[in-house]
Amino acid sequence: MNELLNVSSNPHIRDNQTTSKIMLDVLIALIPATIFGVYNFGTRALLVILITVAASITSEAVYDLIMKKKLTIGDLSGTVTGLLLALNLPPDLPIWIAILGAVFAIIVVKMIFGGLGQNFMNPALGARCFLLLSFTGQMTRFTLDGVTTATPLYHMKNGGAYDVMKMFIGTTAGTIGETSTLAILIGGVYLLIKRIIDFRIPVFYIGTFTLFAIIYSAANGGVDFKFVAGQLCGGGLMLGAWFMATDYVTSPITPNGKIVFGICLGLLTGCFRMLASSTAAPEGVSYAIIFCNLLVPLIEKITIPKSFGKEAKKS
Amino acid sequence: MSILTFKGGIHPYEGKELSKDDPIAEYNPKCDVAVAMSQHIGAPAKPIVKKGDAVLVGQLIGEASGFVSANVHSPVSGTVKAIEKRLLVNGSKSECVIIENDGNFNEIEYEHPKPYEELSKEEIISLIKKAGIVGMGGAGFPTHVKLSPKEPDQIDYIIVNGSECEPYLTSDYRRLIEEPEILVAGLKIMLRLFDNAKGIIAIEDNKSDAIKKINELVKEEKNIEVSKLYTKYPQGAERMLIYAVTKRKINSLKLPADAGCIVDNVDTVFGIYHAVACGKPLVRRVITVTGDAICHPQNFLVPIGTNQRELIEAAGGFKSEPQKIISGGPMMGMAMSTLDVPVVKTSSALLCYIKDPLVDITQTNCINCGRCVNVCPGRVLPSRLAKFSARGDMESFLKYDGLECCECGCCSYVCPAKINLTQAIKTMRKQALANRKK
Repeated sequence: MNELLNVSSNPHIRDNQTTSKIMLDVLIALIPATIFGVYNFGTRALLVILITVAASITSEAVYDLIMKKKLTIGDLSGTVTGLLLALNLPPDLPIWIAILGAVFAIIVVKMIFGGLGQNFMNPALGARCFLLLSFTGQMTRFTLDGVTTATPLYHMKNGGAYDVMKMFIGTTAGTIGETSTLAILIGGVYLLIKRIIDFRIPVFYIGTFTLFAIIYSAANGGVDFKFVAGQLCGGGLMLGAWFMATDYVTSPITPNGKIVFGICLGLLTGCFRMLASSTAAPEGVSYAIIFCNLLVPLIEKITIPKSFGKEAKKS
Repeated sequence: MSILTFKGGIHPYEGKELSKDDPIAEYNPKCDVAVAMSQHIGAPAKPIVKKGDAVLVGQLIGEASGFVSANVHSPVSGTVKAIEKRLLVNGSKSECVIIENDGNFNEIEYEHPKPYEELSKEEIISLIKKAGIVGMGGAGFPTHVKLSPKEPDQIDYIIVNGSECEPYLTSDYRRLIEEPEILVAGLKIMLRLFDNAKGIIAIEDNKSDAIKKINELVKEEKNIEVSKLYTKYPQGAERMLIYAVTKRKINSLKLPADAGCIVDNVDTVFGIYHAVACGKPLVRRVITVTGDAICHPQNFLVPIGTNQRELIEAAGGFKSEPQKIISGGPMMGMAMSTLDVPVVKTSSALLCYIKDPLVDITQTNCINCGRCVNVCPGRVLPSRLAKFSARGDMESFLKYDGLECCECGCCSYVCPAKINLTQAIKTMRKQALANRKK
């Protein structure tokens, strides 16, 4: 027998979960929202999705190549970023803007900070906000069935009519992947069941936001549950709460930090949506999330868990 | 019966079916044995034999050299061939008494003590000390020291750790179902030392037959109970076990006795029984020889000092050339660079893998997923601690309670980026503990 045995420090076994399997599960969870987006907005939306994803993967590969790094596209995080960005874009966005967004997300927000795990801001949302500021017109022009229409949130803010059932199902105007609350919830439940995400962030985010909406409507002439439901189903809240705020890299690692993070998000989103001036955009999820991304180090600092038996230390 | 547990932990593949069904086989070594003088925590024993001396089974060959130390006895009969440094499984070299085994296993005349019901506390402790009993779960802490806490009246629980949460290990299980009456008798002896204590035999619920058997045995006993534990790793870690059974929490600065508990492993309790009831020293232990590379995985009752290579042959040899061999379980055991090391009092298993489970694994960036935080029984932040360790930041490491890590390995096990978190934390803990001693 040859005596060339392998040695290592304990433990000597690992479970079979890997980063790329987690990312694959996120992609699977996004399938319902993606399919619904294509169904709702047509092949133009499919084109935006495919090009954005392709541009994301390509930019990561090119960056790795130029910087002479190991190719990292296999971890699928670039694919997730591309798909999430696409789902946050209007279906009729000029293709070159979509490509620019993908390059910005991958190169500027993710890769130059050191790649996956090092970015301090959600890449897809960072890119979306960059595009919103740079191409406000194109980014806020929403079409449905070839007609330019205002989003339900816009109607809610400006006293127009809105149909909550339609908003729940998703046959309304908006970005490609945000309109269907139902499709997003299916994906969210999948992520919970597969234990990819922790319930704390989405539950406390949506919960806080719901309370905020109830109090806001109560202060403005009585609790209006149709308004609250509309706020929940409208805009990017669901997509943001289940898929963007739960991004591991840019959310707190501590269990209590996740709760604080969710509450901050709910409050900020409420402020942006309901307390901002009437000329401001009716949406605020993206800004709320990237702002809270910046708070993560602080949140973690104040929520370090008590280690086992620490209570007993003093006695 | 409620099922007790703790927060965190993992469910790795158990692998116990490989070796759990065959009875413990007594194995008598054919070759020389190497009996290490340092098989326990504390000062090494001093050899009291010299080259050429004839020894018998059970004869004292190494004398404890301090309070925290333990006697060592000859496991075979024969002639002392040499006293020299030999490599042990933990990578250190220890002084060993090498005995040429005559194969007869002639025993010394044991002094039969009085029935244990008539012995005083001091007599019991001294018998345990004389027999060289140490914690056989892995730590190797001298048992007579553990059983002499500052305030014995404060001890209200004696917990026998029968959780055996390490995958692949079945030696405690076999002990439990083959000779449960000895375990109960051993526990009764321990209970004689503590007037206010209650005996708890804690067993994971994957060993339901053992739970049933022992429950049956202790039905009539007033102060002995069986606790059913949820099967989860590291249920048998001392602090997790104490918490599961008593809901008391201790941190790394405390001893179980501070929470009114004494915890001993199953095989240790067997050792206590033989020492006190029969006057026999600890010269053999049960070891699980298992893994997919072994032809007939099973448990052996082997003399301490047996060359571990012999055990492979005893278990039918290798099915296929192994790539990795571990002394102990896969979670906390030590990878071996060679099989030519002797069995010591703390050797619980010999686990042989055809393929190293870590060989195809590549490490990637931490994605902050928090899985390590969720499974950590010490409730610390493993990914942060590992980063502090990597950059040598001792101050932050201590601030984030790095010392509360019990090195169970759960964080490394679940990490999807396959980062060696436990290894990194262990490295810095060692440093921190060394500083603490200064």
